[in-house]
Amino acid sequence: MLRYTIRRLIQLVGVVLVLSMLLFAWLRLLPGGPVSALLGERATPESREALTKQLGLDQPIFVQYFKFLGRAATGDFGVSTGVQPGDSALDIFLQRFPATIELSFFAIVIAIAVGVPLGYLAAKRRGGWFDNLSVVGSLIGVAVPVFFLAYLLKDVASSSLGLPSQGRQDAIDATRVTGFFTLDGLITGEFDATLNALEHLILPAIALATIPFAVIFRITRAAVLDVLDEDFVRTAEAKGLTAPVIRRRHVLRNAMLPVVTTIGLQTGALLSGAVLTEKVFSFAGVGQALAIGFERRDYPVLLLLIIMATIVYVVVNLLVDLSYALIDPRIRTR
Amino acid sequence: MALLEVRDLTVVFQRKGEEPFRAVDGVSFDVEPGQTVGLVGESGCGKSVTSLAIMGLLPKRGAKITGTVSYDGTDLLKLSDREMRDRRGRDLGMVFQDPLSSLNPVVPIGLQVTEVLERHRGMPRKEAMIEAKDLLDKVGIPDPNRRLKEYPHQLSGGMRQRALIAIALACRPKLLIADEPTTALDVTIQAQILSLMKELVQDLGTALVMITHDLGVVAGLCDEVNVLYGGKVVEKAMRHKLFAEPRHPYTHGLLASIPRLDAAPGEKLTPIRGSVADNIPWTSACAFAPRCPNALDVCRAETPAEVEKLGRLLRCHNPVVPGTPAAEEVPV
Amino acid sequence: MALGVTKKEKIDGLAESAGVSLAASAWKRLRRSPVFLIGATIIGIFVALSLLSPWLAPHNPSEPMLIEQVVKARNEIPPPQPGHPLGGDLQGRDFLSRLLVGSQQTLIVGVGATLIGLAGGLILGTLAGALGGWVDSVVMRIVDVMLSLPSLLLAFSIAAMFAKPSQFTVILAVSIVQIPVFARLLRGSMLAQRHSDHVLAATALGVKKNAIVFRHMLPNSLSPVIVQSTLVLATAIIEAAALSFLGLGNPDDRIPEWGQMLGDVQNVFDTHPHLAAWPAVCIIIVALGFTLMGETLREALDPKNRR
Repeated sequence: MLRYTIRRLIQLVGVVLVLSMLLFAWLRLLPGGPVSALLGERATPESREALTKQLGLDQPIFVQYFKFLGRAATGDFGVSTGVQPGDSALDIFLQRFPATIELSFFAIVIAIAVGVPLGYLAAKRRGGWFDNLSVVGSLIGVAVPVFFLAYLLKDVASSSLGLPSQGRQDAIDATRVTGFFTLDGLITGEFDATLNALEHLILPAIALATIPFAVIFRITRAAVLDVLDEDFVRTAEAKGLTAPVIRRRHVLRNAMLPVVTTIGLQTGALLSGAVLTEKVFSFAGVGQALAIGFERRDYPVLLLLIIMATIVYVVVNLLVDLSYALIDPRIRTR
Repeated sequence: MALLEVRDLTVVFQRKGEEPFRAVDGVSFDVEPGQTVGLVGESGCGKSVTSLAIMGLLPKRGAKITGTVSYDGTDLLKLSDREMRDRRGRDLGMVFQDPLSSLNPVVPIGLQVTEVLERHRGMPRKEAMIEAKDLLDKVGIPDPNRRLKEYPHQLSGGMRQRALIAIALACRPKLLIADEPTTALDVTIQAQILSLMKELVQDLGTALVMITHDLGVVAGLCDEVNVLYGGKVVEKAMRHKLFAEPRHPYTHGLLASIPRLDAAPGEKLTPIRGSVADNIPWTSACAFAPRCPNALDVCRAETPAEVEKLGRLLRCHNPVVPGTPAAEEVPV
Repeated sequence: MALGVTKKEKIDGLAESAGVSLAASAWKRLRRSPVFLIGATIIGIFVALSLLSPWLAPHNPSEPMLIEQVVKARNEIPPPQPGHPLGGDLQGRDFLSRLLVGSQQTLIVGVGATLIGLAGGLILGTLAGALGGWVDSVVMRIVDVMLSLPSLLLAFSIAAMFAKPSQFTVILAVSIVQIPVFARLLRGSMLAQRHSDHVLAATALGVKKNAIVFRHMLPNSLSPVIVQSTLVLATAIIEAAALSFLGLGNPDDRIPEWGQMLGDVQNVFDTHPHLAAWPAVCIIIVALGFTLMGETLREALDPKNRR
């Protein structure tokens, strides 16, 4: 297990290095490059040259890359040119990272809390109207562009339910401890701040939850169908066990194994979806920074955030694989 | 009164857009306390469906069950879902064919034994664990304390089947149904499991319904044998009688097709012609007629009735002539 | 396990003895599946629409014929009126015509992205799966790096690489993301086959390597690829809309495309929701059509489900 973890972490370092190299080359080789990005198209040749020298862009690209790596090792990933001009890219990431974690966490919790029971019920009533309806519903969920759904929620739900549709929290006096707004209020005892943060979270979280929900629902349904056909479920019935025990211990405990893997893979969809959802709800997270970064071509911020997103994705999947080994005795006790 | 009285049990599977299929067609048999009764036949003859119908394990939708299954005087088919759930595992135990797939792969063996005890005997987990250890010990699993914590994949095939037997017998049911309990096992293990079952059934006084296609199992274990074909009992007799003088051409064929060690070199095996797929419906003929060496014209025109003749129940227009023994008893 | 036959072996045995070719039995079941027929009908109408729309559209979709009714300051656009049942868009172009003609570019985006992804995946996957060895390792390393990025984020990043975005860069961004998926699929099923009996038999008979790959292995790997292609047709259209929404889509909107129409009106969503709703509904229906087809195909082609 330890050896496996270490191998995966070494792989991760390799992936990040290759990725950073590719991204770095891409930024430098762009027509115009960061100089145009910083100064705009209409800058004078003199000022362009000066900035080129100042940024060290006249040196060979591999020299630049190693210098970049050296600076990166000290936490210097450059300065934002578009998202929050003048701020350091790392600060932007650190500021916004908790927001996206919070949003993704609530989204995946919603997706699991709705997707797993629905998937179980659909499988139990295979072929019935409930099954057909929820399968078609989940397919429609996949077909709806996330940002369109987010706009719908923002317009319809926020006006009819009076939920806030912008930002992470109203401008209220709240103490910051961890950067997780819902948690901060609980720690400091400012429960109204937590409540307010939750109100801001709920709509974007629902919008973001649709994609993982549809996948988790369908995987759960398929897995439960498979397990219901298994001989050991018949054994459990032959023992006369009560329905809840059979459901929990014999059906769901087995059916959850493939679902856990899916949840790991869904982090990818969450990170991508956060870019769209956070933009719609002006939710100040990493996703919104990426969206603005793409729009304004803020390369230092993009470089750092994409690398970080990759690291998060790979690490979450590693953790999921490890937890899989923990919950499946066939792997654990080999 | 017999412990289990099955009368006219009929199971019809009805799928949307398909012809209804009579998997079990008016089967009747009795099981006395402590007696071992065999249900024998090829796959598809309805023997497993019979056992699932007795246990109340057939799907509610798609399977229509008629007849009566009275256990100690109560008709199990009339019980509610809940009442049946209370009886399964307590009054009726069942052992299945494939021990690996019949055990939950992600739950330790111990819990799979104790959950029956907790459910039906209301034991707390701790007490149930001690009982479970005794049970594993009784079915001949060495080092039971260690095995309780292990998972099915860590046990050998024979040990898994022993564990399943321990589970089925945990609440001392008066009736145990074993559906091909040895088919998935190595030959040497088969004999061990069979002698274990024989021993336990005798010790506990449990009645046993043994479902098998293997006449060797029947010979070693059963008091009375029901031979099933196409969902109907075609011959029912005490073991000795059946093996010494099979009357139904199907039984005769089954016994004749067993390879014999004392056969002369070069002597050919005598298989039964065709397969179950050749069946014709019982409605106006004998289902076995297309494969039967003794078939007469009447066999294709009239359903044979079940009559008591030649010291047994027989469903045949033209039984095998007495005096042509097919096989000697094969002791296990 | 001992001598016993496991359930899976039994199922495999049944499938083999059935003796009907997979494609034939799949088609037989698809014809009876109402879900597949709904999906196929949606896609049939969609394709017909994209072919016929230039004749069906009442007006030229690129001509700002109602421009005098657009009042930027008051955020007014042409309302529905005789000859223009859905009114006009922000540039005073006939909205119905744009919607009808938009099917064309939408189909091109979907098909183009799928074909490029498929071609890339076929080349990489066939190389890796057929040759094995170091080729396999190198190709799979590349695939792994690509798969270790969240796919939509990768598509965003690729789209952002192009200084001058166009319809083609959108297609490229959406399709490159699919290459590793296709490559993985193909390699997986070809690897499984390299050790299968019919390939061993062909090798033993002295059939040339190329012939084995193209005549025996590739055709048998196709069913998961067909399923995946159908599903990619749906995601490509949705992802193209997301690119437009992030400002990474085709900025030239003279020739309309649904994703672009939807992504470009984000700023007027609250005042003119119908400008977003119409293309969104079109995208949802078409994506649903492809998904229904893909899912039913997957079920039909799965040997487990044969009866």
